[in-house]
Order: sequence, then C-alpha cells, then structure tokens
Amino acid sequence: MAMAIVVAVLIFGSLAFHFLSPWYFTPIASNWTSIDTAVDITFWVTGAVFVAINLFMVYALIRYSHRRGGKAAYEPENAKLERRLTFWTAIGIATLLAPGLYAWDQFVTIPDNASVLEVVGQQWGWSFRFPGKDGVLGTTDVQYVSDDNPFGINPTDPYGRDDVLISDNTVHIPVGKPIKMVLRSKDVLHDFYVPQFRARMNLVPGLVTYFWFTPTKVGTYEIMCAQLCGIGHYTMRGTVIVDDQKTFDAWLKSQPTFAPAAGARQAFNSRGLPATKVKLAENRN
Amino acid sequence: MAYATLAEDLKELHHPKTWVGKYVWSQDHKVIAVQYMITAIAIGMVALVLSDLMRMQIGFPGSLGFMTPEKYYQFITIHGMIMVIYLLTALLLGGFGNFLIPLMLGARDMVFPFVNMLSYWVYLLSVLVLVASFFVPGGPTGAGWTLYPPQAILPGTPGRDWGIILMLASLAIFIVAFTMGGLNYVTTVLQARTRGMTLMRMPLSVWGIFVATILALLAFPALFVASVMMMLDRLLGTSFFMPSLVSQGQHLGYNGGSPILFQHLFWFFGHPEVYIVALPAFGIVSDLLSTHARKNIFGYRMMVWAIVIIGGLSFAVWAHHMYVSGMNPYFGFFFATSTLIIAVPTAIKVYNWVLTLWKGNIHFTVPMLFAIAFIFTFINGGLTGLFLGNVSVDVPLSGTYFVVAHFHMVMGVSPILVIFGAIYHWYPKITGRMWNDRLGKIHFWFTFIGTYLIYFPMHYLGLLGMPRRYYEYGHTAFIPDSAHLLNAFITVIALGVGASQLIFFYNMISSYFYGPKAPGNPWRATTLEWQTPTTPAPHGNWGPKLPVVYRWAYDYSVPGAPEDFIPQNVPAQGTDRHHKT
Repeated sequence: MAMAIVVAVLIFGSLAFHFLSPWYFTPIASNWTSIDTAVDITFWVTGAVFVAINLFMVYALIRYSHRRGGKAAYEPENAKLERRLTFWTAIGIATLLAPGLYAWDQFVTIPDNASVLEVVGQQWGWSFRFPGKDGVLGTTDVQYVSDDNPFGINPTDPYGRDDVLISDNTVHIPVGKPIKMVLRSKDVLHDFYVPQFRARMNLVPGLVTYFWFTPTKVGTYEIMCAQLCGIGHYTMRGTVIVDDQKTFDAWLKSQPTFAPAAGARQAFNSRGLPATKVKLAENRN
Repeated sequence: MAYATLAEDLKELHHPKTWVGKYVWSQDHKVIAVQYMITAIAIGMVALVLSDLMRMQIGFPGSLGFMTPEKYYQFITIHGMIMVIYLLTALLLGGFGNFLIPLMLGARDMVFPFVNMLSYWVYLLSVLVLVASFFVPGGPTGAGWTLYPPQAILPGTPGRDWGIILMLASLAIFIVAFTMGGLNYVTTVLQARTRGMTLMRMPLSVWGIFVATILALLAFPALFVASVMMMLDRLLGTSFFMPSLVSQGQHLGYNGGSPILFQHLFWFFGHPEVYIVALPAFGIVSDLLSTHARKNIFGYRMMVWAIVIIGGLSFAVWAHHMYVSGMNPYFGFFFATSTLIIAVPTAIKVYNWVLTLWKGNIHFTVPMLFAIAFIFTFINGGLTGLFLGNVSVDVPLSGTYFVVAHFHMVMGVSPILVIFGAIYHWYPKITGRMWNDRLGKIHFWFTFIGTYLIYFPMHYLGLLGMPRRYYEYGHTAFIPDSAHLLNAFITVIALGVGASQLIFFYNMISSYFYGPKAPGNPWRATTLEWQTPTTPAPHGNWGPKLPVVYRWAYDYSVPGAPEDFIPQNVPAQGTDRHHKT
C-alpha cells in the first residue's frame, strides 16, 4: 500500500513540477519553432504514457496486493492484447517521429539566401570571420596558423583578403536574415551552443561543420561551449549580439579585414610544406 | 541433443582442499560470482564518493578547497567510467551471470572453470590499473568518460601524461577479462543446460544475461581497437584520430586522422553497452516480479523475442549519440528512425511487467519493492530517451543536464534498483542467511525516493540550457538563481542517498554473521537455483544427480495445484495446465 501511495505521489508530483517549476526552455530567439513544437508534442505524448502506465500500475498494486487466501490468476499470454499494444505503441512512436524528422529536414536544408559567418574555436575562446564584400570566405589551413595569422587564412587566396576578422569573443549578426554558421576548430572538439537559438553543432578539427538559423529577436545572447574541451571548458564563453540591419552594417564596417603582410607569400613558400586545403567549395559559387 | 553430452557428464569434480583453493584461486562459479560482486561494489563505492564530491562543487561551488577544475574533470571522468564498465557491466555479467547461469540451468559449473577464474583475476588487474592512475604524476585522465580525442591526449586536459595511458590500458585489460568470462557464459548456456531445460524454458534472467553477453562480445572489440589506436596516437604519434592541429600555439605533427572515427567506434560499443547493462536487469526484474507477485510472467515468448530484437537493434542506433557531432547530417534520418523503433519492443516489456502485476498476488517484499521501483524509474528514463533519440528534438538538449538526467535515470538508477533487488532476493541462497527486513525497507525508501528527487528535476536544468561538465557557471544571464538553488537541493539529496547506502552495507555484513538461517527456498520460487540439495549450494551444485526439468520457469498459482508454485524439476501432474513451452 505504501508503495502504491508513493508512486501515485511521484506521478502527480512530477506533473505538478512540470507545470509549476520555473525551469523550462529559454524564450526562443530563432526560427526553430518547429523544434519547440516537436519537443511539445513529445512532452504531451510521453507525459500521457507516463501517467497512464503508472496509474495502471498503482491500481494493480492496490487491487492485487497480497491478501490471506488470495491467489493470482494464471494467464501465460494474451496474443490479442499484445498485438493491440504493439500496434498502438507503433502509432505513438510514429506520432513522435514525424514532427522530429520534419524539423530535421528543415535543419539540413540551408536556405539559398543565407549569409555566411565562420566560427573558429580554440582552447578556450571564440573568434569569427565574415566573408567580406565578395561574399566568399578565403581558404584556410592549420599550416598557416601563426601569431600573425590566427585564423590560418591562406595568404595567397584572393578571396581571403577582404574577409572581416572578429578576434574577440563577441560577434554581431543581423536580425531576420537566415545565417549559415560555418564551424572550424584549431585544436579540439568544441560546441557552439546558444540555448535561445536551439540550433547548434560541434566544431571538429580537420572538418568544416555547419548549421543554420534565422535570429528573430534583437538582443544579447551567451555562447557556451557544450563539448568538453579541456580544463578551461567552462570558461569558453562568448556573446552573440543580434542587431537590426543598420546597426549591424555600421558595426561590420568598423571591423578589420585580413590584410596579409607583404612578405606573407614568401613566408609561406619558404616553408615548403604540402598543405591539405580545407575548401569551402560551396561558397565559391 | 547437443547439450546432453555435457549435462550428463558424471565425471567427479576436483573439490579444492585448502582455504585458498576454495575462496581465492577458486574455480567455483559461485565464489567467482561473489568475488566479482565484492570487487565491483568496492570500486563502485569509489565512484559514489567521487560523485558526491563533484556534486558538492556543482551545488556549493568552491565549498571544497581542494576541488580545482583539474580534480573536478578527473572525478567526473573516473566516476562515469567506473559506474558504466567496472561496476554495472562487471556486477551484472561477472557477478549475476556467474552465479545464476549454472544454477538456473542445472549445470555443475561454467564449462571452462579455469578460464572463468582467470577472467576474475584479470578483471581485478584492470581495476587496479584504473586505481593506480590516481597515484601517477598528473593523476587520472579528465577527458570525460567518453575520452573524445583530440582533447583526451593533448595538453590542456588533466591526466594527459599518465592518466590516459593507464585508462586505455585498463579498458583493454578489462575487455580481455570480459571476453574470457563472456565466452564461458555463452557456451554454458548453449551447451550445459540440464535435461529438459530447452531454450524456451530458461528463466528470463538467463535470457537477459545470455543476449547481453553476446552483445558485449560483439561490441567490446570496437572499444578495444579504439583504445589501442588512441594509445598509438598518444605514444607513437600515429594519427588515427588526430587531424593536423595547433594545440595551445604549438603545431603538432599529427595529420589526416578523424576525431569522428573515434566517436563512431566508441558508440558502436557504447550504445550496445547500454543494453549490456539493461538486458540482464530486464531479465532479472522479470523473475523478481513474477516470483513475488506469485504469477507467471506475462507473455514469456514475447519477452524473449523482445530481448533478442532489442539486442539486434542496439547495433543499428549508435550514431544517435552523435547528432550534433558534425557527422553527415543525413545520417540523422536513419538513426532517429532506428532509435525510435527500438522503443516498441522496449515498451512491450514494460507492458508485460505491469500486466504481470495485474491479477497477481503481490507480496511487498524488499526485492519486490525494488522491482516495482525499477518499473517506475525505467518508464521515466525510457520516455526521455524518446526526446534524445528523435534527432531534431535532441539538438537543443544534447550536451545539457537533460542528457545527464536521462542516462542516470535509465542506466544508473534503474539497473541499480534491480541490482539491489537481486542482491536481497538471492542473498539467502548465496550466504544461507536472511537479512533484516526493516533495514532493507529503510534502505529501499531512501534509495528509491532519493534518486528520483535527484534526477527528475535535473531534466529541467537541461531544458533551461545548462551544459553538463561545467566546473562552475559563474554569472550567466539566462540561468536564474533558482537553478543554482535547485542544484544545491540535488546535492543535499545526493549526499543523503550516498550515506543511506551504509544501511545496506551494515545489513549485508551483519546478517552474514548474525542473520537467521535461511530456508532453501524462502520465496517459494520455481527456478532451479532454489532447488539445490543444500543452501548455500555446494561445489558442483547438485550432489550426485543433476536436476531434470519438466516445465517452464513460471508455474505460479497454477489452478488446481496444491501450492502456488511448482518448481521446474517437479514432474508433470494431472492438474497441470501446460504452457506451450
């Protein structure tokens, strides 16, 4: 009996906690309402299953607890009931999967008009690069990384010269425009995570990863690295400031571009190392 | 029939003559089982203490003077690794697998007793190597239990010099140990069942352990090669997992390796590992529920097939741990679908447990309380898996406390509740003594309610967006003060749950010496381990003659039978209702 009461209290306590507690998603600040919808549907379906199965169990615990002279029924199986339960479970699963895959289809489809922002991670900070007037990011390679060229931009690539470099942890982006985040790491795995944007992705050394979103609310948002990246992981913070277009344009204009020193080309050639280029071919179109 | 030759083997066992032969270099599966259990629980206590220390840092940042970020990351890493591998896997397969398989199947021992003994001692070596990493320069690795490269072997991660090497070596040794035990379990199940014990008459405990062992034999090699390759990357400068990179301003010599490859190998092991822990728990809890509800397990055949199907599917879902890893995003469609499909056989198991209670005659014994609590926590943890498995829903939750709460509920709390239930259930057979019921119940209430209070609210910190593996959060605009208050609350409960385990240890140890003598079959159970000639069972288990099996494992409350249970070795009677198996 005590067990039945405790389980019942935990069921209703969990429900009360869900609806009354102050901790839930931060207000969304991007286009990814389809993800929030999928989460909501999942909460309703799983919540209903949680309550239904557990209440049934509570009832069974009370109704069939041991009594003197009591005897259990003998029913090895019930094929019809098992088939029905399987069928309805499959329906429930499909109900969850459909909105999930629908949102994922949008997630993997980058809009044609998305602008590009590169995020570069390293232990333990963020930097950013806009493609500049030509709209194309210059190629990069770890080989080129040095104190003078922290982004590792290929000094011989003309597309890189007008790239706008943001070397501190704060970046601005314009509101209402889809933006493709191109992610690169110089050392270990990181994760670009802004809870309010919902979308996110790991930064992987040796790879260029990406995701996209459209910021929908002007404001200041914190970036938290969400992939363990060493001892300073918890200090790897940054800031995204979502501006209206005018403010953003003014800010972008004041940022420095990649202006390689005159000798950069020779410096590179003299190293004579075969470099595997990390190409952003799709941005060259 | 293949099993007849071994099962009928009347060759006399060589009984050990010395104390050392009987209890140290023992080849008796029951002694090896206890050795595994005690070692696993002992190292598990280290992991428990580490978790309480890390909870102090999360709940009350800075309260422990020695808790530097290095220590924090080392503690979370070793806590996770011990709990998953050295406690849960070793306890469920090495401990309960060893104890239950021969006894439940009517065998005299494992088919390779010497290899079985070696398995334990090599396992102990792997534990010692792991513990040794606390005493080497730089301490144990702090790379997180997933050991993701490049970070795991680069400067900037604690334990990069020695800790990671010992960690990888320990894993490799553990896998060698497990392989010796695992081959034994599988061969024993297939070859040493007594006459009449068909596969479809095996208790579900054995089914769960059997399928889990097959999974482990197929999954651990992936971890083994990943460990060896990372060891080579670390020691010889190979580049299996290492692309060219700049580590803290230094260009390193690595080139061309793939960090994602490691993740695929790790999770190709890591996801089946979830079921390596879960399937034995599923099996054992089925037997506990059936015995203490005095009712046959509902839908036995469906339960067996669900275990087999879950085991098979568990090899096709691994990349759901990698939705935001940067792997090809189109994988998401496949892995989300396969992951949610696995929920169907899992749900069937839950229905059948609850339907076993339905129309039962439920005795609220301590093992039964733990079994019922398992159903509740497993439903909770299973359902939150539907969030994380469903690719786009996972995106905002990945890497947050939602994940921590989910996997602790589903593969921490749930299997550990089953393990406690199983220990209380089989303790009388293992020791011949009975434990104290009152202390058992107190231990149960603290553990069940406490763990739920820890992990249920934790999901909401993840929804809020708090990333895991943060030494401290400082001031973060979107995290309200109340979230820190909740963390302090969770820490207080965690300390309480940790301390309440002392009740369990006191009960187990004092009952071993002073507990009342236990009858041979205190739960009036049907399965063979309760039908041994003496309790505890002697070396060789059965005396001169092996038991013969006439029926399935779940003849409880058969109409017309004089008692509410008919052991498997009781011949058919006129009143029997024969189940199809």
